[in-house]
Amino acid sequence: MLAYVIRRLFAVAMMLMVVTLTTFVIFFVLPKWAGSDPAYLFAGKQTDPAAIEGIRQKLGLSDPVLVQFWNFLQGLVAGREYTNGADVTKCPAPCFGYSFRTEQEVWPQLTEAIPVTLSLAAGACVLWVVGGVAAGVVSALRRGTLWDRAAMTVALAGVSLPIYFTGLIALAVFSYQLDWISGEYAPVEEDPAQWFQTLLLPWITLALLYAAMYARLTRATMLEIMGEDYIRTARAKGLKERVVIGRHAMRSTWTPVLTLLGLDLGALLGGAVLTESTYSLPGLGRLAIDSIEGKDLPLILGVTLIAALFICVANLVVDLLYAVVDPRVRIG
Amino acid sequence: MNSLGSTGRASVESAPGEVAAAGSPPPTAFLEVRDLRVHFPTDDGLVKSVDGLSFRLEKGRTLGIVGESGSGKSVTSLGIMGLHTAGQYGRRKAQISGEVWLDGRELLAADPDEVRRLRGREMAMIFQDPLSALHPYYTIGRQIVEAYRVHHDTDKKSARKRAIELLDRVGIPQPDQRVDSYPHEFSGGMRQRAMIAMALVNNPELLIADEPTTALDVTVQAQILDLIRDLQKEFGSAVIVITHDLGVVAELADDILVMYGGRCVERGPAEQIFYEPQHPYTWGLLGSMPRIDRDQTERLIPVKGSPPSLINLPEGCAFHPRCPYADVPKGHVTRTVRPELQQVVSGHFSACHLPQEQRTRIWTEEIAPRL
Repeated sequence: MLAYVIRRLFAVAMMLMVVTLTTFVIFFVLPKWAGSDPAYLFAGKQTDPAAIEGIRQKLGLSDPVLVQFWNFLQGLVAGREYTNGADVTKCPAPCFGYSFRTEQEVWPQLTEAIPVTLSLAAGACVLWVVGGVAAGVVSALRRGTLWDRAAMTVALAGVSLPIYFTGLIALAVFSYQLDWISGEYAPVEEDPAQWFQTLLLPWITLALLYAAMYARLTRATMLEIMGEDYIRTARAKGLKERVVIGRHAMRSTWTPVLTLLGLDLGALLGGAVLTESTYSLPGLGRLAIDSIEGKDLPLILGVTLIAALFICVANLVVDLLYAVVDPRVRIG
Repeated sequence: MNSLGSTGRASVESAPGEVAAAGSPPPTAFLEVRDLRVHFPTDDGLVKSVDGLSFRLEKGRTLGIVGESGSGKSVTSLGIMGLHTAGQYGRRKAQISGEVWLDGRELLAADPDEVRRLRGREMAMIFQDPLSALHPYYTIGRQIVEAYRVHHDTDKKSARKRAIELLDRVGIPQPDQRVDSYPHEFSGGMRQRAMIAMALVNNPELLIADEPTTALDVTVQAQILDLIRDLQKEFGSAVIVITHDLGVVAELADDILVMYGGRCVERGPAEQIFYEPQHPYTWGLLGSMPRIDRDQTERLIPVKGSPPSLINLPEGCAFHPRCPYADVPKGHVTRTVRPELQQVVSGHFSACHLPQEQRTRIWTEEIAPRL
């Protein structure tokens, strides 16, 4: 088990390395071939050739690509220094470089954005798992009834409606019309009430989308499981229907739900782009959009790496969880 | 509970000591099934899985129910256990009618919760495929403990002791360790033993084994059959063995009931059914059974055709399209009149239009020599 985890962690590291290299090449090498120069992006409106050359020197943009990549990796692990003659800028580990636009370190911007996305994802996750699974179970047990049809219609709507539609409607109604929600996002440790208030609508909007998927998945799984032989066995033992469903059927229903949940959460932690944009939440998704708009290569690279890390870790957690949930799965 | 409209062709059996018409006083037999009908509404029509089945069974006796796939064997057992609607959600529920008397109590009209309390305690069931019939995520021990504790107000520890005791009794080695194994860690035969242990944990008086050996290796089959027979002697329960395998009933059954198209076509003591069968379908079943003491170049004689649709059973005798003797009786009686069960000799019934002398002659002259 431990050996497996170590092996998997190593694989995650390798994966991240590949992602880093790919992103690095895309951002720092391809533009050069296309005749564009990252130094100009950093320089912004300055076009003084000497200043550009200074930037190029300081960021090491004229070094061979592999050297650049190596420096970047070194920066991630041990920090690095950007030097141009007497002009020295220290960047402590993990160093993702400096934002082209704000000339701020990338890492603090990431660490500021991560808790926002985490809050959003975690809260929405609780809502959609509870809501989606409950709706799915009830739908399955009352298949063909009005409740089932209504729930599945709502679920279909939930899956089909994009967040920038439901989100804007929710904003229009609850924020502008009813004025229930106001103000900017605040970290939970600073102002829990404001944190909760600003996240409530994003939670619900995001949860609606996912709850719909989970309701359909749960319903389908539950219907399949209720036809299993071991459910008949449970009934043949004389168990109450409540126990048959709660202990025997639900136990099996969790497996696919957990699998999907791990992957969804992983992807979501990389940035709930639409939700964060719609509700102006300063999370990773918002950071990604802003950095792309600003052609802020180091920031894009940082967000990409963090997102990749979350997805890799989520995959690993799902695989480990599988062994916990299903005793037939042997890890090693 | 008599939700079905009367079809006017209930199999009334008037022989002395046999099943009386529905609505009569409680029977003396331990298990008595009267005119059981289980119908499933589907998009294509009403599937009459069991359509007027009656039999009785005493404690300490074994009844073998034999028939092809789709003859209503399994549905009969589910109907007795009150599990025919299990897994059915929504509007289309199975319809059941008739009477099932277990130890003086009628089950079909009883409160479902009362029947639930009998399930697992007074009547228990062994299923065909123990791998799919055991919950893959729970240990064997936990599943047996659960079965015990539904009906006994005991702590987990003594229930576990009971589980280990039962596992030991059904021949699982090192039961105190294997009790914590998961079903997938057992072999097929071991799983079926565990399943039997689970069924027997509450000392049920009625044990229904639905194809208990079908999913097992041949060598293991014999062990499981031996086990069931031994346990029956020990526990003195009434046993119903449902199978398509005449070899299984030959091993276990005191009495045999042959089902075709949801109805009983022949019923009687096992030796009668094997040595003096009185129905062409039973002849067919016997003819399609391989025999080791016969020359291997001799071909088996299959029952021609395929089982009838339970939505549109053939008119008259349901077996007539496949019966080689359908045209022997005068007129079109086999195509128009459904044959009722008639007593051949004491306790042996057959539902066939062939006159008895002709049946005896066909059996002794044509069928028996070829078997």
